[in-house]
Formats: sequence, C-alpha cells, structure tokens
Amino acid sequence: MTGLVYTRYELVRAFRARRFFVFSLGFPLLLYFVIAGSNRGVHNLDGTGISLPLYYMVGLASFGTMMAMISTGGRIAGERQAGWTRQLRVTPLSARAYFRAKVVTAYAMALLTIVLLYAAGASLGVSIPAARWLEMTGLILVGLLPFAALGIMIGHLVTTDSVGPVLGGLSSLLALLSGTWFPITSGFLHTLGRLLPSWWLVQAGRVAVDRHDGWGARGWATVAAWTAILVVLAAWAYRRDTNRV
Amino acid sequence: MSEGIQLDGLVKSYRGPHGPVHAVRGIDVSIAAGETVALLGPNGAGKSTTIEMLLGLTRPDAGAVSVFGRSPRDAVDAGLIGAMLQTGALIRDLSVRELIVMMASLYPQPMAVEDVISLAGLREAAGQRTQKLSGGQTQRVRFAVAVVSNPDLLVLDEPTVAMDVEGRRDFWVAMRDYAARGKTVLFATHHLEEADANADRVVLMARGRIVADGPTTEIKAQVGTRTIHATLPDADVADLAELPGVATADRHGDAVILSCADSDRAIRALLERYPDTRDIEIAGAGLEEAFLKLTGDQDDARAPRSEQLGLAG
Repeated sequence: MTGLVYTRYELVRAFRARRFFVFSLGFPLLLYFVIAGSNRGVHNLDGTGISLPLYYMVGLASFGTMMAMISTGGRIAGERQAGWTRQLRVTPLSARAYFRAKVVTAYAMALLTIVLLYAAGASLGVSIPAARWLEMTGLILVGLLPFAALGIMIGHLVTTDSVGPVLGGLSSLLALLSGTWFPITSGFLHTLGRLLPSWWLVQAGRVAVDRHDGWGARGWATVAAWTAILVVLAAWAYRRDTNRV
Repeated sequence: MSEGIQLDGLVKSYRGPHGPVHAVRGIDVSIAAGETVALLGPNGAGKSTTIEMLLGLTRPDAGAVSVFGRSPRDAVDAGLIGAMLQTGALIRDLSVRELIVMMASLYPQPMAVEDVISLAGLREAAGQRTQKLSGGQTQRVRFAVAVVSNPDLLVLDEPTVAMDVEGRRDFWVAMRDYAARGKTVLFATHHLEEADANADRVVLMARGRIVADGPTTEIKAQVGTRTIHATLPDADVADLAELPGVATADRHGDAVILSCADSDRAIRALLERYPDTRDIEIAGAGLEEAFLKLTGDQDDARAPRSEQLGLAG
C-alpha cells in the first residue's frame, strides 16, 4: 500500500520540527497553567458548580487540539512555497494518500496535546471517572474532523506570509464564540455558537464536566455537515492549487 | 517504448498583470525514446510552460501531449516520468537518505536508494538534514528525487541555476550517465553551451514558438556563439555573411555585426579580406539577438530588452 512510508516520514518531520512542535504543544499547556494554576482553589466557577481547573482543562483540550489540527495549514503553506507540493504532483502519490498523511499527522499532534493537558489537569487535582475521560476524548476526536479539513483548505489557499494571522485570528475567534474562555448560556451568542463546529468541540469536553449527555442529534448533525462541507472545500482548494507560488 | 514523446499543437495563455500572456503559441515536438533534447531559449520563451504541459501540471488550451503513448497523468502514475522543476526547495527535517526513501516509496519500481545516492553524488551528504545543504547539494538532491523512480523520461527545467562551475560539471556528468542507460532526457536551459555540450538535439524556443529544431551542431551554426563588432564602412553585408565561420551579417551605419558559428575562423578571414577593419570587439553569445533574428519578428526586436540572457560559466 502506497502512502504508509510517506505518512511515517510526515510524522517524523512533524516531531522533528522543534519550534513548531514546542510551540503548538507548549502554548495550550502554558495557558492552562497561567489560568488554572493561580485559581486552583475556585471550585464553583460563576455559579456553575464546576471547578476552574476542570473547566479550563476541557476548554483548552478543545482549543489546543483545534490549533493542532489547523496548524497543518501553516505546514502546507510552507511546502507550497518551497515548490514541494508541485514536485509531489509529478509523483503517483494520490490526493487521498496525501490527505491521509496530513490528517494522521495532525491527529497525532492533537492526541499528544490532549494527553499532556489531562496530565496537567491531574496535577492540579482534576479527577474524573475513566469512562468519562474516554467518552470525552472520543467525542473530541470526532469533533476535530472538520478542523482537519479546514487546516488543509487554508494551507492550499493562503500564502506563508498570511497563514499565521489567518490561523491565529480564526482560532481565537472560534474559541471565543464557542465558550472556551467563559460559559455562553443564552442569547444571540448562544444561537450563533451552536452553528459552529468548535462549539461542539467544547461541548464534547462538557461530557466530563457536568455529566452532560454528549452531543445529541443536533451536535452530530452540525459536526457531520461541517465535515462534509469542509472536505469538499479542501479538495477544491487542493485541485485548483497547481500554480507556481 | 518506441512511441516516444509527442507534443501536438500546444497552445497556452494565462492571465498576467498586464493582460493575457501568450506563453506558448502552437508548438509541435516529437522526441524519440532515448534522445537527449535541450529546450533552449531566453527567459519568457515558454520553456517552463511547455514542460508543465508535458508533465500534466498545466492543461493546454489546445493541443495534445502523449508520453510513451499515455497521457501525462498516466505516465506519472506509472513512474515513467521524473522531473526537476525550475523552482523548488526541499522539505525540512529529514536527512537526504530519508527523503529519497520517502520518495522511492511512492513508486511501483524505484531504483535502489543507494544507487540513487551514488548517481547523484550524494554519498557524503546522505546523512545530513535537507535544510543544511548548500545550493548545489540541494540541486543534486532534487536530481535524485527526479530519478528515484528510474523514469524512462527525465525532465529537467534549468537544473544548474543555483550551481557553481564545478557543481555544473558534476551535474551534467550525472545527467549523461543517466541518459546513457537508454533513457529519454529533456532539459530546459538558456545557455547555448549547456545545450551544445549535453544534448543530441536542440529545440530553440522564442516567445512561445519553436524557431529552430535540429541536431546541436546545426543549431549552433545557425545561432552563432560569438558576435564580432567592427567598423568597416566599405564592405558588402552579403559578402561578409559568406566569410568562413560567419552565420549572419548586419550593418548599422559604418558598424558591422557578424554572428559567428566559429569566431576564430571568422576573424582571420575578416582581417585577411578587409585589413583596414577597425574597432574590433568579439563578444560572447549574443543569443538574444540571434533568437530575434531567427524569428524575424521586427516589432519585437525593437521592443525594449527587459530580460538579459545569462552566460554559461
């Protein structure tokens, strides 16, 4: 099967790209310790009955993994500028195998982010039943699917100069609107947030927080719809992107 | 593989900042399997666009491409084509050997990785990370990536651009080694010397058209490798053009300009016949003038020269 060796070296490259690696893993961790470390005694955040370290652990698990997925876009933009993507088009590597390698690498980074954040949470006294951990992790991994496609799409549309601001701005905005930083429970922001895939990523974390029942039909439908739309757009962006950069 | 490569009536325009650019304006080329062909022309002649159509990276507006009887995409998928594109860096964070293993894994019947490393002259650099290589080494790795599939057709778009003199020499040795295995090679260059030294045949392009196509020696005679400028008021241009070693002759007032296939013979003959010749200058490769002469396009010949031809060194 072609593509396996290729995927393996993509992974090797991601783990060797030290600055990228340290930053994309280190940033959510640092943020977590800054926010939760100094407020570890807050056991009832804004009257929700949730401890602050737990709330931000799941919040940053969704934000950090989302960052890990879409940062694929930065790597792709760099490869395009180097002319490498064009070189790949003169090989038998199929679009499918190319996407697979990118998605597997992004998921590896996302998984590592989750594990590190869980460890950080545990170090601040967060404890949840194992079944809840697993359920939350499973839902987060499914909820990341649209972002895998989004990263690839951005990478093939944006140049290296603008990819940083685009990814940074987009992820901050999505995190804000999806209730990562503070709970959104009613009003226009609530209505808007529920239309976003990142909202459900944050909701996935809530499974562990308040014995929430997961997504329900609406959550699954929203994630599925965004996945379908973004996969189509990513494939379109990849196909049109045959020019010299 | 007797079918070779066929480019039939290729046309390609694209949108530029100042309106449409007619990059390729209808070209026909037929290359037999095993030939080494140079695509020679100044910058903007349409060489890269032609290569992109050959590789299936760009779809022609009109015309057809056949590579060993297949479409470019099918030929690429079968591992029949290897290419070194004009612009290109390498991906970071792999060693040279790892990168070659990675690329070899994509092909049905790749060359042995150690053979590729030897052929490209990368023995010493094999363990180094790709981001730590010199310009010349990077080009050699790109060559290795192009030949790793053991392709029947090797396409090189201005491969020696980033190389020093020694690097160029080694590179062409490697290319000829590969061609000697019975492979078909097409390379683009704007150095007549490179075409002359490394190809059996030259296809000369200017402004999107083919202006000459033939054995290297023939093209060289047509284009001339040196230009003689001199003050010579009373000589007949037609007579000058007949001198041994001279390809074409031109007059501007008292000055004459001789494009020479062999400037050594030409200057001896000139001085023998016109001993009062003054202000003699012999300049290297006035290729651009020669291209324009061959196209016979006076309008474009008077247009400002925006691009300079590089001299092979």
